[in-house]
Amino acid sequence: MHEQTFWTMLFGRLSWESIPLHEPILLGTFIVVVLLGLGILAAVTRYRLWGWLWHEWLTSVDHKKIGIMYMILGIIMLLRGFADALMMRAQQAIAFGGAEGYLPAHHYDQIFTAHGTIMIFFVAIPLIVGLVNFVMPLQIGARDVAFPFLNNLSFWLTVAGAVLVMISLFVGEFSRGGWLNYVPVANIQNSPDTGPDYYLWALQIAGVGTTLSAINMVTTIIKMRAPGMTMMKMPVFCWTALCSNVLAIAIFPVLTGAFALLMLDRYVGMNFFTNDLGGNPMMYWNLVWIWGHPEVYVLVLPAFGIFSEITSTFSGKRLFGYSSMVYATVVITILSYLVWLHHFFTMGSGASVNSFFGIATMVISIPTGAKIFNWLFTMYRGRIRFELPMMWVVAFMLTFVVGGMTGVLLAVPPADFVLHNSLFLVAHFHNVIIGGVVFGLFAGMVYWFPKAFGFKLDPFWGKISFWGWVIGYWVAWTPIYVVGLMGTTRRVRHFDDPSLQIWFVIAGIGALIILVGILAFVIQIAVSIRNREALRDTTGDPWDGRTLEWSTTSPPPPYNFAFTPRVHDLDAWYDMKALGHAPPAEGFRPIHMPRNTGAGVIISALALVLGFAMIWYIWWLAALSFVALLVYSIAHTFNYDRDYYVPAEEVARIEGARTAPGAA
Amino acid sequence: MARETLEAAPAVNPTYYLVEEDEHHAASGGGTLLGFWIYLMSDALIFATLFATYGVVSGNFAGGPSPREIFELPLVALNTAMLLFSSITFGMGMIDMESGRTRATLGWLAVTALFGFAFISIELYEFASLIAEGATPQRSAFLSGFFTLVGTHGLHVTFGLIWIAVMMVQIGQRGLIPENRRRLICLGMFWHLLDVVWIGVFTFVYLLGVLR
Amino acid sequence: MPRQGNGQWARSFPRGWGKPAAVLLAPLLLLLAGCSRDVLDPAGDIAVQQRNLIYTSTGLMLLIIVPVIVLIIVFAWRYRAGNREATYDPDFDHSTSLELAIWAGPLLIIIALGALTWSSTHLLDPFRPLDRIAAGKPTVAGEAPLTVQVVAMDWKWLFIYPEQGIATVNELVLPVDRQVRFDITSTNMMNTFYAPTLAGMVYAMPGMRSQLHAVLNRPGDYEGFSANYSGEGFSDMRFRLRGVDAAGFETWVVQTKSAAALSTPAYLALAKPSEKVPPAYFGSVEPDLFHRVLNRCVPPGTPCMHEVMAKDRQKGGSHVSHGAQPAAPPPAPAKPAPAAPHPHDTSFLEPGAPTALG
Repeated sequence: MHEQTFWTMLFGRLSWESIPLHEPILLGTFIVVVLLGLGILAAVTRYRLWGWLWHEWLTSVDHKKIGIMYMILGIIMLLRGFADALMMRAQQAIAFGGAEGYLPAHHYDQIFTAHGTIMIFFVAIPLIVGLVNFVMPLQIGARDVAFPFLNNLSFWLTVAGAVLVMISLFVGEFSRGGWLNYVPVANIQNSPDTGPDYYLWALQIAGVGTTLSAINMVTTIIKMRAPGMTMMKMPVFCWTALCSNVLAIAIFPVLTGAFALLMLDRYVGMNFFTNDLGGNPMMYWNLVWIWGHPEVYVLVLPAFGIFSEITSTFSGKRLFGYSSMVYATVVITILSYLVWLHHFFTMGSGASVNSFFGIATMVISIPTGAKIFNWLFTMYRGRIRFELPMMWVVAFMLTFVVGGMTGVLLAVPPADFVLHNSLFLVAHFHNVIIGGVVFGLFAGMVYWFPKAFGFKLDPFWGKISFWGWVIGYWVAWTPIYVVGLMGTTRRVRHFDDPSLQIWFVIAGIGALIILVGILAFVIQIAVSIRNREALRDTTGDPWDGRTLEWSTTSPPPPYNFAFTPRVHDLDAWYDMKALGHAPPAEGFRPIHMPRNTGAGVIISALALVLGFAMIWYIWWLAALSFVALLVYSIAHTFNYDRDYYVPAEEVARIEGARTAPGAA
Repeated sequence: MARETLEAAPAVNPTYYLVEEDEHHAASGGGTLLGFWIYLMSDALIFATLFATYGVVSGNFAGGPSPREIFELPLVALNTAMLLFSSITFGMGMIDMESGRTRATLGWLAVTALFGFAFISIELYEFASLIAEGATPQRSAFLSGFFTLVGTHGLHVTFGLIWIAVMMVQIGQRGLIPENRRRLICLGMFWHLLDVVWIGVFTFVYLLGVLR
Repeated sequence: MPRQGNGQWARSFPRGWGKPAAVLLAPLLLLLAGCSRDVLDPAGDIAVQQRNLIYTSTGLMLLIIVPVIVLIIVFAWRYRAGNREATYDPDFDHSTSLELAIWAGPLLIIIALGALTWSSTHLLDPFRPLDRIAAGKPTVAGEAPLTVQVVAMDWKWLFIYPEQGIATVNELVLPVDRQVRFDITSTNMMNTFYAPTLAGMVYAMPGMRSQLHAVLNRPGDYEGFSANYSGEGFSDMRFRLRGVDAAGFETWVVQTKSAAALSTPAYLALAKPSEKVPPAYFGSVEPDLFHRVLNRCVPPGTPCMHEVMAKDRQKGGSHVSHGAQPAAPPPAPAKPAPAAPHPHDTSFLEPGAPTALG
């Protein structure tokens, strides 16, 4: 008896039973992950890369390196999230008639929850934040972001959240409450297990990172633009990044608040979202959707910015309707905050309220439509070079308009009464998120990759990846639209009607085609690294770009620009090139730069331990890590020595070594 | 668009690079204040969420005690006074900081911390007596909302107290150097925001609760 | 498109709208030919109207979507770099008339769609009693709708017929061409009550009562289910929907009356979580059972929500209610709950309310 309490005190509710040794799928995954991890660790040790990794990357406050690390995180998590997708597709393709498929409810419910959570929080957000991190300061002619250390911390907090989600795969279980961890399913009464706690802690920790990152980006854009770059001379990508991050600041606190209340319900026994004692589960739905709907725009607005940059560059034209593009972005930002209720028209809020939110939702399609037309008329009378980034843009435009249309259809409340929670809805949001956000991210990655690494990505594998995604998307999701219109709803594990099976089999084949696209992307990177000398770009401006990031070398020096550019017009670099203006080759001055620090890694590691201890009720460890977190953070503020000067000679050396960018 | 300026530009030989570096990176103080202010806005949104939640559940007593039965306005008024005074004394400290008087600044910070400490103590006393009466956070959604909203504010004040203490050590060590001034200004914004939030709490939770 | 009736609904739709919609939708319809089921070929008038709305709205949007898709393809082809014959105008970045057009086009469509949304949302509000049984068949004045009380349980459906005094599990039998009012609640999880052939879905929420007015027009066997994920047994939370004629319904009621009673202990046993529950029948039901479920006081000795809330109100509380109608005291036995046009309080969901503070 005493022994029992001792172990409980020491390990909370963690025990050998928490490790799913009886689940062959999980065990297999676990072994693969461990082997891969060991392999990577061994390689790093073998080639004595630990010091390099720690000093050059993990502790780096360079926005470019942080951006790249965000992208790596996003791609790794994409593999995990997509594995979940394949498992769901396989389950739904075989579970018909009497067949129950290979996944029991307990496992299947975790998979669809994890898929949504991972894809939004640990794939889409890191990839978007990573691109903004890498590109935006270069585009505005800045040397770094406003708060370089905070940037590093934000990244590592996001990693800590992702690690918690991954741990839940092998220690305990993940939430079964859907990607927003809905109550009442996630209430302590209905899910006393660790699942919702993993969800809550992972997302709280990552959410702090996202909020801090958004504050950082907004401050950077407002305060650190190159001289002469007024707001209306800022590249569209920066505008969309600004609006997206302003929106993120406006919504993430609401999510943090909602999750905190659910934590209080689960840990302290409060009654916010319970069924009894005055609690109100619907309140949770309102709060998470006040976050949830704008979140879509947090993701898609920067994608719109990417499309704008690429369309203009590859059409060889100024962007059509720059100011209407900017206004459209701002209008979308504001409206997106006013439409959350369309996620539950069927909860009985009454016809007037439903109409208001329905019409508000439709109104968003007006500025979005204007954007589509702006890209269209940027192409009009252009000289469109169909290289990979531009191919993604055209695929996006064709795919996204369909998603936009089905979205407006879902905004009509009586239509939503039959389509809510249907697979039609699921197809719709995959249509806009894959067609909009994912295509945009791939376009952006292919577009800016040469800037980040100094060589282009291999076009052959890039095209396979492109066609894999585009064809795969349509093969996978058209059938889902169809079965949605036939009255099939989401999150169902098996179906009775055998005539539906063919559609799910087609969808499964589509998912496999997307898998080809994903694998081709990974191969593309590997092949490009191998052939980097052939793909090398020495100009710094491989696409005949128009914005400032192309005015410096690829990859850019740590300080980005030896001389801060002065901006006179939109498309500043195009402007400089048109006038044959090259940067000065001498007269360098010392450059003020932030110093690297390991504080971000350490604070995030402590946050990870705190989260894990709280999930498993290991109270002593939670208290210890919390105190450590506090003490370490305070100690960090006593370090006043946070920056240094790159001496002028060093700048001259670096600049001398690089190829002059404007030479072409 | 700006085509005209561009065409006119070559004539005056525009500079495309700043050869004389400005200090727009070194003195990122402006950036810090703006960034901190944005952070405060996000914090205010957390409070907005808690206020809204409280607004929804504030009538759900679930058969338990109502605001009228448990709130002691005189005690809360005293507490409000503590926090308001602390804001005034912080302001006095900032005036001294402006004139570079290190010792006076430290003195006012100490007084501010004392008022803040009094505030937290009174709040803890209030919570303890509520719980002793059976008005626990678990009793009803109303009480969950109350304890969470007021408690979150209290946690912020506690954090502010820790910050004041750290600040006092740092000013003691290095004096009113620019970094410390910048931090003090941030701390000031933080502290005053807590005052503003408290006025909301006092009005919406306590006054309206008792009046209803 | 079905023949337009003379009800209020038909008046809000100009007759001509169906045609272009049908033409534009042809490819999609072809795709669905032979496999169109409940949503696109429903047996209930409300679902029919909802389907027609999907067609009309889609048609309206295709008016702009199709030209855009064509333009994307045409421009992408025509202005490809290899085509040196196309005009190249690198500085063409603004045209006031063009920009007016690209904002006005979507705006006009949305104005039309917005008007359609406003009227259809009000006409098809699930809380609103029907004014027609089918196109061209108005409801009989004075005929009260059949009441069915729906309780979503973990994980099965309980249907109570208060006027007939019977109850069923996972089988819903409805007389055709008769208006039905569903009073919907849940014991624990949030589910949606959804029979695609009958009408759109409505949430079933613990401690709240939502409503749905609908009518089934074709006899036959259909399926209904919960369309909102509610945990472990969700995928099997399905019920059979049987449409029968009036006489058949009477016969079925009489037959069912001979089944066992749904007493409080029987209900509590039923309410325990269970999966894949076969249909079951109860010959009698305690008349206030639904209201005790709604007020979360079926177990003897539990205080009922409406009593607790009444006490709260005396102390100044319970002023804010939930989205759908919150738990309410049981109505007078003679006539179940009055059907006011908007019996639910929406104050909590007013736009902006949750963000207006602070």
